[in-house]
Amino acid sequence: MAGKLTLAYFLSGGCGGCDMAIVDLSETLVDVLPRLEVVFWAPTVADVKYKELEAMPDKSIDVGLYSGMVRLGEQEHIAKVMRAKCKVLVAWGACAALGGIPGMGNMHTREEIFKTAYFDTYSTDNPDGITPQTRCVVDGKYELTLPEFYEYVRPLHHVVDVDYFVGGCPPHHSFVAEAISAVLEGKLPPPGSWITGGKAVCDICRRNPALRGEEREPITAVKRTIEGVPAEGKCLLQEGYLCLGPVTQGDCKALCPKVNIPCRGCGGPIPGVKDFGLRAIGAIAASLANEELVDQIPSPVKLFYRYSLPASMLGRKVK
Amino acid sequence: MSDWRPNIVVFACNWCTYQGADLAGSLRCDYPSTVNIIRVPCSGRVEPEFIVAALKNGADGVFIGGCHPGDCHYREGNHRAIRRFILLKRVLTSMGVEPERVRLEWISGSEGKRFAKVMKEFNETIMALGPNPIGRDGNGR
Repeated sequence: MAGKLTLAYFLSGGCGGCDMAIVDLSETLVDVLPRLEVVFWAPTVADVKYKELEAMPDKSIDVGLYSGMVRLGEQEHIAKVMRAKCKVLVAWGACAALGGIPGMGNMHTREEIFKTAYFDTYSTDNPDGITPQTRCVVDGKYELTLPEFYEYVRPLHHVVDVDYFVGGCPPHHSFVAEAISAVLEGKLPPPGSWITGGKAVCDICRRNPALRGEEREPITAVKRTIEGVPAEGKCLLQEGYLCLGPVTQGDCKALCPKVNIPCRGCGGPIPGVKDFGLRAIGAIAASLANEELVDQIPSPVKLFYRYSLPASMLGRKVK
Repeated sequence: MSDWRPNIVVFACNWCTYQGADLAGSLRCDYPSTVNIIRVPCSGRVEPEFIVAALKNGADGVFIGGCHPGDCHYREGNHRAIRRFILLKRVLTSMGVEPERVRLEWISGSEGKRFAKVMKEFNETIMALGPNPIGRDGNGR
């Protein structure tokens, strides 16, 4: 690709971990930087204002990375601006691609969330019962505004068209390098796809019994991670620690199972899976040895949809 | 609302429940015309996605019919089906969907009368619940 590739990055409803994943490239980033020109990176890295982004010509930016889900009016606005200005728009990380951890907020209404955040929490002192308003007038003359807090969390592709999806919470930095060089070299799959190696966490995980030619046994116990210690080198799922590796993209190189933590699905669904949580329910439930074990799974929605509730078919709790 | 008719999707296992539905027909048993049968190789073939996709796309109730435990043509497909079903039902309940909208029963090829009876019952359950809240016009994006 001739000349410099222009990049815009926006941290939306996320936590900043995806920004960190790019910074974690360290020396690789230094190699890549001469080929990149960051024209917008708010609010963490570059001091470019929204109005400057809005003033750029349409389709003038080569690649836009959008990290974080859409909960606020401001986030929706920038998503639309990014879509207009960027040739390629990437939903960067689990929140933008699936809704992410904040997506579990879709189990609750806005009123419930405000009640907890501004009234019920132990450290809250709110005698006047003030909740965030989109407009207020201070001293009778200064009008202040806040973005609207929408009823539900949405992944980026529910707001604008998205060209590529990258999973991970955050994406593993070695995979960040692969994804960014794929973009730089134009080696991209058809628009609308996930950028992924296509393998499941189990395919990569060294605990997988199939890779050692062993039979996969039914799961005979359901354990939480605080119960006991998983046996060295044994499949976590077979040990009873509900691991979502069978349906999760393994671009993370199976990092969590390596350190005794079952996969929670941040990488996003393996190719061909539309609804991560439902496929996980199918995979895990069918592996259980009996029906009684099903009732021992704590909070199934927040286990199977930990990162993907807003992007799922159900999407949010029915009122 | 008074002329509302439910839309019921029935996933019927090829070896038992579908034969039961066939027998119900041969025996001239009445059951509601709201029932739409989809023949599947096994109740274990019914993935949770199928059930939720049906609910999202206009079904008011989803019924899964399989062979009695121990009778599965593929030995354990129905055992898998019930485990998935129980787990999915817990998830649907947490998501605010009435758990009565989904039902799983073991109906064999000789139980034609029972098939008709269960369909009538399920139709009444769905009639009482009313239209599905997560259908096309409900919980859409």
